[in-house]
Amino acid sequence: MLKVSDIAGRLGLDIRVGGDLHTEVKGCYISDLLSDVMANAGDGDLWITLQTHPNIVAVAVIKGLSGIIITNGRSPEPDTVRKAESENVTILTTVMTTFDTAGLLYNMIK
Amino acid sequence: MHIADCIEGCFQLMGGDFTNAGRASGDLKSMLAKLGVSQDVIRRASIAAFEAEMNVIIHAVAGTMHYTVNNEEVKIILTDMGPGIESIERAMQEGYSTAPDWVREMGWGAGMGLPNIKRNSDNLKIDSVVGEGTTLEIILYIRKEKTC
Repeated sequence: MLKVSDIAGRLGLDIRVGGDLHTEVKGCYISDLLSDVMANAGDGDLWITLQTHPNIVAVAVIKGLSGIIITNGRSPEPDTVRKAESENVTILTTVMTTFDTAGLLYNMIK
Repeated sequence: MHIADCIEGCFQLMGGDFTNAGRASGDLKSMLAKLGVSQDVIRRASIAAFEAEMNVIIHAVAGTMHYTVNNEEVKIILTDMGPGIESIERAMQEGYSTAPDWVREMGWGAGMGLPNIKRNSDNLKIDSVVGEGTTLEIILYIRKEKTC
């Protein structure tokens, strides 16, 4: 079983909001279209995105995602951080591109 | 699962209030979980409710989300004061959207909202009058379970 904390540690991700870091990561979904994530992400997926606004937290809650990784050195907006803290949603950030992040994650999960 | 009475709730939605987007659907999701509704119904109801909530926030001035839950069904009704939908047929097509560019930059407005709502509900009714507003009635049937 792979936990969010295992992935954060092995990929060197910054923990911007630590929700439940012991949550099991069941898979990964990559998209910057929120309705695409609503339609196609799976329960327990880690979500890789460039979006930084508060709606990403709502999407993670509704879909039961294990966490969000924001790539390319972007930072979550202050409102996003506040919302994630109150909803207990994990937000991780990295300077890596989405491609590099996904490549490393793929080898851990698949 | 047995629900003694009809449970209902209502939320006010403000157009343009992206900060609080998802609050109504999140509350509905928690309520359904508390009532012991099946995971499949909770998942589909919250996706449909959230997409509908986003449509009000993106397109309308204001609206309401009203839900009722009994032993047979979850019914979610969204009524808005908005621009109305010119062509429901086109709005139901995947990829068709009238959302402005700044909304698209947020990752919304991909033309997947109404198709997602349809896919996740058992019954969807749309009434819309251009210049007045739109009403969505989303119904999900609760599967009968063996124990009460």
